[in-house]
Amino acid sequence: MSRTIKIRKGADIRLVGAAENTLKESAACSVYAIKPTDFHGLIPKLLLKEGAEVKKGTPLFHDKQNPSIVFTSPVSGEVAEIVRGAKRKILEIRVLADTSNTAEVITKPSSMSSKEEVTNALLSSGLWPFIRQRPFSTIARPSDTPKAIFVSTFSSAPLAPDADFVMQGQEAAFKAGLSALSALSNGGKVELGVSSEGNWFNQFSADANITTYHGPHPTGNVGVQIHKTNPLNKGEVVWYCNAQDVVNIGKTLTTGELSVDRIVALVGSEVSSPAYFSTKVGSQVKTITTGNLKEGNSRIVSGDVLTGDKVNEDNFIGFYSEQITVVPEGDEPQFFLTEGWLAPGFNKFSLSKSFPTWISPKSKKFALNTNMNGEERKFVVTGQYEKVFPFDIYPVQLVKSIIVNDIDMMEKLGIYEVAPEDFALCEYACTSKINVQSIIREGLDTIMEEFK
Amino acid sequence: MKGLHKFLDEKIAPPFKEGGKLRKFWPMYDALETFAFVPGHTTHKGSHVRDGIDLKRTMFLVIVALIPCLLFGIYNIGFQYDAILTEAGRIDWLGEARHATWLEMFIYGAPMVLPMVIVSYAVGLGIEILFGIINGHSINEGFLVSGMLIPLVMPVDCPLWMVAVGTAFAVVIAKEVFGGTGMNILNVALTARAFMFFAYPTKMSGNNVWFHTGYSDSLTAAASPNVIDTYTGATPLGLLVDTPDGASISSVIANVGGGFDFSLWNSFMGFIPGSIGSTSVLMCLIGAAILIATGIGSWRIMAWAVVGGALMGGFFNYLGSLEAFADNLYLDIPWYHQLCLGGFAFGVVFMATDPVSAAQTTRGKMWYGLLIGILAILIRTANPAYPEGIMLAILFMNVMAPTIDHYVIEGNIKKRMKRAKLAIA
Repeated sequence: MSRTIKIRKGADIRLVGAAENTLKESAACSVYAIKPTDFHGLIPKLLLKEGAEVKKGTPLFHDKQNPSIVFTSPVSGEVAEIVRGAKRKILEIRVLADTSNTAEVITKPSSMSSKEEVTNALLSSGLWPFIRQRPFSTIARPSDTPKAIFVSTFSSAPLAPDADFVMQGQEAAFKAGLSALSALSNGGKVELGVSSEGNWFNQFSADANITTYHGPHPTGNVGVQIHKTNPLNKGEVVWYCNAQDVVNIGKTLTTGELSVDRIVALVGSEVSSPAYFSTKVGSQVKTITTGNLKEGNSRIVSGDVLTGDKVNEDNFIGFYSEQITVVPEGDEPQFFLTEGWLAPGFNKFSLSKSFPTWISPKSKKFALNTNMNGEERKFVVTGQYEKVFPFDIYPVQLVKSIIVNDIDMMEKLGIYEVAPEDFALCEYACTSKINVQSIIREGLDTIMEEFK
Repeated sequence: MKGLHKFLDEKIAPPFKEGGKLRKFWPMYDALETFAFVPGHTTHKGSHVRDGIDLKRTMFLVIVALIPCLLFGIYNIGFQYDAILTEAGRIDWLGEARHATWLEMFIYGAPMVLPMVIVSYAVGLGIEILFGIINGHSINEGFLVSGMLIPLVMPVDCPLWMVAVGTAFAVVIAKEVFGGTGMNILNVALTARAFMFFAYPTKMSGNNVWFHTGYSDSLTAAASPNVIDTYTGATPLGLLVDTPDGASISSVIANVGGGFDFSLWNSFMGFIPGSIGSTSVLMCLIGAAILIATGIGSWRIMAWAVVGGALMGGFFNYLGSLEAFADNLYLDIPWYHQLCLGGFAFGVVFMATDPVSAAQTTRGKMWYGLLIGILAILIRTANPAYPEGIMLAILFMNVMAPTIDHYVIEGNIKKRMKRAKLAIA
């Protein structure tokens, strides 16, 4: 039985540059990198030195706290460089790809219903980090038993890839992945969150519990879907995984060879012809962007424009990113009458109604830049966050409890149910330009410390 | 405009920057520069694009919403003066036997109101800049609205020095001591008014303050050849207090005096004496429409305050119809007329909706608005010594707003606790 949940609160930020439904091959990539910084709270411990030969699937480093969680090389080759930042923090482990294409052999589970065998296969192959948990939005701990495993099959973020297009032809692998995941939750079916606008996933109604969601962003956020169907209480754990990674899990466990394929959408107003690219986890940004960007000062974001990371062409695509968004930089001052705060603002998209664009039709798209459009102020306007925050949680009060570091209040107000990404729209809409996502992350870190 | 920005950045800014001679005054320079140019600051992490709105635009839109009230208030001063002349039997505007045109009424009123606006902004912004310099923080835009609200809730004859003292009191005591814009508990403009109401009662209430009875200086002497020094005229709410027993409400309203008519129509349109900007319900409605259309004012607070006021007015009408309260005329003012008198509409639209001092939760806003409406009419009717019940009602509810929010949030917390218990069981 599938059910439908309508979500009213939220907003779609209508940006120019959605991807056309064409799949292109990305340029040949010679260097790949796994970035420990993609995994919040992870302390990496290196397993190899620079210059070591690796196969596809060879562990590069592991999690210091959970040594069974390893991070493996997406290609065969040689560890080219270990890039370190301040205090010798490991930022990137770069692998120079060779053409041998050798791969580690992964012990296939004898049956997809054996929790132990599936867990071991996922851990040893390096696919485990694709499984994350709420609360805290970190890599799942293999020792936990989740009360459910959620897969949000779509992203509702601005310019997000079209899941139906991306998943074409992956039926068998996705099905295998689903049964592997349900083994992890002791046979409980995976909770599949499906968009009301797509239908590819409905064929799995026998393999998973399907819930159809209808509504604006952040409807596609897994946190929203968990909250609406099986809300998280203190002490409980829910796991989640992206649909493309369910496919990788399925492929790897059935073939015994690591699969880290990824279809990435290159989108945004500064992209000359937005499209999809088939590539691998950890590949270099320029393999997708070269020759596809417009002239000018622009910002490349690995991920969507609300939650992604700022990167440059020599950086690498984020571990969980399924899109690269390119928007213009907004580092020019704006004269107050012509384009600033007192201008009519026919080109500004605002969730408030203070710009005339709120009456424009839904088909009108905007090319927004990275300007803050104002300076940071104290909280003044109320009711803004609530409009774009579909949780039964008081967002402003939660943020304030984090600012004053009141752990008891954070728990009471429901911090376990949220992740920074759920506050991305609040951050977008904020008149006072408060960096809400960072504050939420701080609050989650404080609570994580308590659990140590 | 790039040239102007370059000029500012290269020629004017250096002494204010780090290590410059005028470093202390950076907040002042910063306020002016960011007024003219939204800075080229870009996002670093989190959301890479941001909404176009900022606090400057928000505050400015409130000022736009206040403009109808301001313009009408200026006009109304001239209108009331003309009415007094008429009542005194002197139809002699500018020495001619005629009434003033609307433009002349407006010109008559402007020199009374604009200095108050200037004084209020000068004093308020001066203090804000001073605190910005002392604390080294940039100047928040909150006072842009307060500075306009303060003169609009003053009686026309209020001396300028009093406006200055009231503004200074409000900005320092109601706002800066709590940490500035966004941190205040009480609405700043209402604090100014309440302070003056209790500190200088003779200038803020009673029968003598609501009219401007002529200029004595040469500037406009021509406009007021016959200065009526001791004219006494009350606001409708004040009048009803002094009404002898036995009179009927309709007779009071209809026969206040030759030039005045506190009929429903006039009180709705605003052709009655009162604080400068708050007499016209129509202008407040225009302001409300702007605030609601732009999403800046909370329609919930406004709507529920009107509901509260109507309920309380209706209840008093019912009491008034009883034998026991037969001689209390206040009870007989129809509830819809109550809503059009005094500062009710102005307070509800512009003061109660101040997001900083109002309730912050959606459900809390409902109770907050409802109680403001109820209390305003209750205070005004049950204790006519305080005809401006709306002021006290809003200030009281400002204090109570955190408590309302507390209970709303407590409800949410309990729901979550209950769910957690069910999960364990």
